[in-house]
Amino acid sequence: MAELATTLHLYRVLAVAKVRADWQYRSQFLLYMTTQFFITFLDFLQIAVIFGAVDSLAGWSLLEVVFLYATSGMAFYLGDAFISQVERVGGYIKAGTFDALLIRPAGTLVQICANDFAFRRLGKLLQASIVMVIVLARLDVEWTPGRLVVFALMIPSGTVIFSSIWVIGASITFWTVDSGELANTFTYGGNFATQYPLDILGTWLRRFLTLVVPTAFVNYFPALYVLGKPDPFGAPGWVRFISPLVALTMAVAARAAWTGAVRHYRSTGS
Amino acid sequence: MTAVIELDRVSKDFVVMRKKGRLRRERMTVAAVDDISLRIDTGELVGYIGPNGAGKSTTIKMLTGILVPSSGTVRVVGLDPQRRRVELASRIGVVFGQRTQLWWDLPLIDSFDLLRHVYRVPADRHRANLRRFVDLLELEPFLHSPVRQLSLGQRMRGDLCAALLHDPAILYLDEPTIGLDVVSKARVREFLAQVNRDEGVTILLTTHDLSDVERLCSRLVVIDHGHVIHDGTVAEIKTMFGDTRTVVVDLEEAGPSLVVPGAEVVEVDGPRQWLRFRRSEVTAAEVIAAVVGQARVRDLSIEEPDIEDVVTRIYTSG
Ligand SMILES: Nc1ncnc2c1ncn2[C@@H]1O[C@H](COP(=O)(O)OP(=O)(O)OP(=O)(O)O)[C@@H](O)[C@H]1O
Ligand SMILES: [Mg+2]
Repeated sequence: MAELATTLHLYRVLAVAKVRADWQYRSQFLLYMTTQFFITFLDFLQIAVIFGAVDSLAGWSLLEVVFLYATSGMAFYLGDAFISQVERVGGYIKAGTFDALLIRPAGTLVQICANDFAFRRLGKLLQASIVMVIVLARLDVEWTPGRLVVFALMIPSGTVIFSSIWVIGASITFWTVDSGELANTFTYGGNFATQYPLDILGTWLRRFLTLVVPTAFVNYFPALYVLGKPDPFGAPGWVRFISPLVALTMAVAARAAWTGAVRHYRSTGS
Repeated sequence: MTAVIELDRVSKDFVVMRKKGRLRRERMTVAAVDDISLRIDTGELVGYIGPNGAGKSTTIKMLTGILVPSSGTVRVVGLDPQRRRVELASRIGVVFGQRTQLWWDLPLIDSFDLLRHVYRVPADRHRANLRRFVDLLELEPFLHSPVRQLSLGQRMRGDLCAALLHDPAILYLDEPTIGLDVVSKARVREFLAQVNRDEGVTILLTTHDLSDVERLCSRLVVIDHGHVIHDGTVAEIKTMFGDTRTVVVDLEEAGPSLVVPGAEVVEVDGPRQWLRFRRSEVTAAEVIAAVVGQARVRDLSIEEPDIEDVVTRIYTSG
């Protein structure tokens, strides 16, 4: 616990320093943040366009799909803001600057994520949060304590799941410096896939997103419970509640992958 | 004396892919460090030198915990850098001459403040250290400039301060004077000598500038191809490998090369001639007597070999 507090403190100190450094280029910064804010609306617009043509998507109403969109968005953009920087590790290795992280009395992961923290990325998170507020206000759900708890755990679990994918992807980069694209497919692809109900995807993709890169646990399964929807594929009922466990498992896997990657670096020097 | 750094039969191999033919690539093992044993005591100031690719940086990386040895054991302040990297990091300072560790876009002073958090130095301790090093290194005039605007020499002084703020027991420097002008070099050396003397910081530095070593280091470790080929004081090395002396004579008038038994004229420049001899074969007095017997001498001096010559000889003979 003390270790976690130290890590978070270090993250904050380093991230604030980065924000101050970036502030010198603030015109670029504000421009980026505003564009990102609006570009993210395009995804959203796409959903609206689809519902202009159909009334429901595999049994999901517009508001329900927007709920998926908002939960996925918040989880993804939280990971994007605080952890996704880890995908730059290949650059550190190529430039030889990874060594500089290893001579500090701190973990390498927290240093990379905090050193490359970009405040401008929060524009996208803001957009997803606004959509969330709107959808919650209009969604017709009977908020039982059970639903409240499951809902409250959706975003933290989702953030951990996405972040873990980023970390695992970055760990692979240690062996093959140019595998960054592959990792992107899983994170950005996962974000895209979780904006829609899993029902519209083919069987194989569905299984993949449940069992291999488990982004279905970011929002689809818990949303079935929160919105009181039947599972069209008849998965056992408990599947709706295990997102926090999936997140924990992913975090453990990510930690192991990163530790292995750093060990590899320390033995090969590249 | 207690050892702060101990290497016991340490090796580090790298596997590299080397082109062989047009498409085929071959796995090759490079022994960057090959069976090195070394012991450095508290308060020593050791120069670690060797030609390019000798394994200097690799050794330093093993001593900081960046790299894990392929075999052998490393102990730094009693810790195993492989397993206690984070703990060790607080006890050592590292400067890579090629690359700054300061925050590029922030004022120099901000880097120091950030390091206080990274190393968790108590605030009053930090303040006292900062004041001392800012004075010693004369950082005041550019303390509030962004690091990217600093000259190389200013940045190196900033890096030195950054590496010492957490009171490390050991300071590793990998080519700290690279790219610096004569004045900056002198300043860096003076500072290092002072830190070593006054604060008792053990210093291990690699360099290609042998005047660094000559001015600064009590002990010189020479490596090549991953082996230690010499370990001793600068004076010892000079006597072992620097047996030659040169007598420089200014004659009354220019003339043909002098003929002196046991000595060889290596250069003639008008009336000035350089005669090299080995101390083990003739004495300076004998050479001078022979010269004076042949020509009228206006002035005369004896030159010791400089360390550059000595080291070149060690590299080529080792
Ligand atoms: N990460 C690595 N992967 C593969 N080979 C490496 C790696 N690091 C160093 N080497 C090789 O190990 C040998 C020793 O390199 P090292 O950097 O320790 O030399 P050095 O003495 O510091 O040289 P220089 O004076 O040029 O800095 C060289 O042959 C180098 O090519
Ligand atoms: Mg080197």
